[in-house]
Amino acid sequence: MIRLRKLNKSYETGGHALHVLRDLDLDIEPGELVSIMGSSGSGKSTLLNILGILDAYDSGTYHLGDTLIRGLDERKAAAYRNELIGFVFQSFHLLPFKNAVENVALPLYYRGISRRNRQARAMELLERVGLSEWSDHLPNQLSGGQKQRVAIARALIGNPRVVLADEPTGALDSTTSEEIMALLEEVHATGMTVVIVTHESDIAARTQRTILLRDGVVVS
Amino acid sequence: MINAVQELFESLARHPVRSLLTAGSVAWGLFVLVLLLGLGNGLQNGVAWMFRDDATNSLWVYQGETTKPFKGHRIGRPVRFRDADFDALQREVDELEHITGRFRAPVDPILTYNGRYASFDLRSVHPDHQIIEGTQIIGGRFLNPRDLDHKRKVIVIGREVAEFLFRGSDPLGEWVDLAGTPFRVVGVFEDVGGSEEMKIVYIPITTSRALFRGADRMHQIMFTIGDGTVEESQAIEEEVRAALGQRHHFDPADRRAVRVRNNVERYGQVLTLFGLLRAFVWVVGLGTVLAGVVGVSNIMLVSVKERTAEIGLRKAVGARPAGIVRQIVAEAVLLTTVSGYIGLVAGVAAIELLARFMTDNEWLREPSVDLRAAGLAALTLVLFGALAGFFPAWRAASIHPIEALRDA
Repeated sequence: MIRLRKLNKSYETGGHALHVLRDLDLDIEPGELVSIMGSSGSGKSTLLNILGILDAYDSGTYHLGDTLIRGLDERKAAAYRNELIGFVFQSFHLLPFKNAVENVALPLYYRGISRRNRQARAMELLERVGLSEWSDHLPNQLSGGQKQRVAIARALIGNPRVVLADEPTGALDSTTSEEIMALLEEVHATGMTVVIVTHESDIAARTQRTILLRDGVVVS
Repeated sequence: MINAVQELFESLARHPVRSLLTAGSVAWGLFVLVLLLGLGNGLQNGVAWMFRDDATNSLWVYQGETTKPFKGHRIGRPVRFRDADFDALQREVDELEHITGRFRAPVDPILTYNGRYASFDLRSVHPDHQIIEGTQIIGGRFLNPRDLDHKRKVIVIGREVAEFLFRGSDPLGEWVDLAGTPFRVVGVFEDVGGSEEMKIVYIPITTSRALFRGADRMHQIMFTIGDGTVEESQAIEEEVRAALGQRHHFDPADRRAVRVRNNVERYGQVLTLFGLLRAFVWVVGLGTVLAGVVGVSNIMLVSVKERTAEIGLRKAVGARPAGIVRQIVAEAVLLTTVSGYIGLVAGVAAIELLARFMTDNEWLREPSVDLRAAGLAALTLVLFGALAGFFPAWRAASIHPIEALRDA
């Protein structure tokens, strides 16, 4: 599903080029549940941004499915993010003034789907994450675990090729983390490709494969 | 489209107090602009109305006294006008259109009719005086050349004079007594100059001079000059001074040998003043509107800054930069146009109220807002709104999702 070949990325910082990713090769199969680990500075955030089409890379190739992701303008990148990727963030990033169902429906708004249709689809997703009774609650009326469930529903609503989860349990206690991991496993069970970036080894241990990053290269 | 509009209102409704205050400043700005424009119009109408009394293209020449030595003549000599001066001006000043002299009787004589009597301002003039003074005949006629040729004892009286002496009966053809001499009333007039100007009576200058031993004297000469510019009128003024100077042996540069009231120049000055006033009103008004618009822009910037994470997330889930720009600009345009419209309507309403309740104010006459200016203002407002939104929108569009979503 994801294929990186000789991927390079460096940043200019104060006149010095910081080479973050060096000739990175990476393959993630369709339907795989993988984790990416690495200490801070290992390049895992940069890799996640590139995988999420939030950032461009300098050289190499990135294929997402059959699509070559390279040199996109903002407009095209936005369209690809909308169609191909579902994001889950550590701090949820729900819009505080929209209720649960509206938050879930947001990606469909950018596809120009009517309010009625996207609300209906969002309700299905909320039901799937077990929050159908909370659909009209605002984020600040929900617990951390519930917020992350809403975020996962939002990630799934557009039928993406891959779900990218950045420290999805980082802001949660261990019981709630457990529930969220269980939910991500459920999502994986439906055939979805799921990539989790984490620094917690017990989270990584629940994935099929762990990709360890150090100094911009895959160590294992 | 409907989606976008819903998003728009939700977004503005999120900070109702802030949105209202911002909208209020724009509304206030436009209200002030419209009010100032309306008042400016009213003031201009008021002054134009005052000038309507007399021909604005006229020059009035008064007798004076020399203050400069000239070819051996001493200073302090009085300059006295005679028929010959009148004829000379008529002959020598080409641009001259209508001309009249005024002879002042030594005393304001008593006018008597049927036991009622009073003293009125008596003016002894030529027929053209009617045009120069803006006298409007409402019955009978004004003086004519034959009255002057035959020194007829005819009199034209103001409406207030007629009302006082005749108490509603028809004065035309009646005989009134003026300083012991019977005069026949041939006309009644009105004057837009107000009631004081209708307490005047006119008799032929020739008759008056015969009656009051005026010989061929006159005290004042007034004439119109067509539709010349201020510069032309000033040139004519100099011509008049030169012509009279030659006849009476004074220096044309001696401003007090004869005094000239140049109404063209005066009216021109008033028009210039109003041009400046109008420009000033626009500058102040637009400044106020602009302050409101800058307020909108500022608030949108704050709003964009606050919504950095939101905009970042929207981009992450597929919002295009153009979509973000469109939304911010639309918010700004909506804020400015709706509030501006409210200000516009309030301003027009205020002007209408003023027009209704201040009908008898001389300075402020029929204040009004012309619709073209209002429409222009409204259109400008949409433009300003877009402008106000553009900078914040550009800022929003350049938000990078990665930075926006990075956990603090």
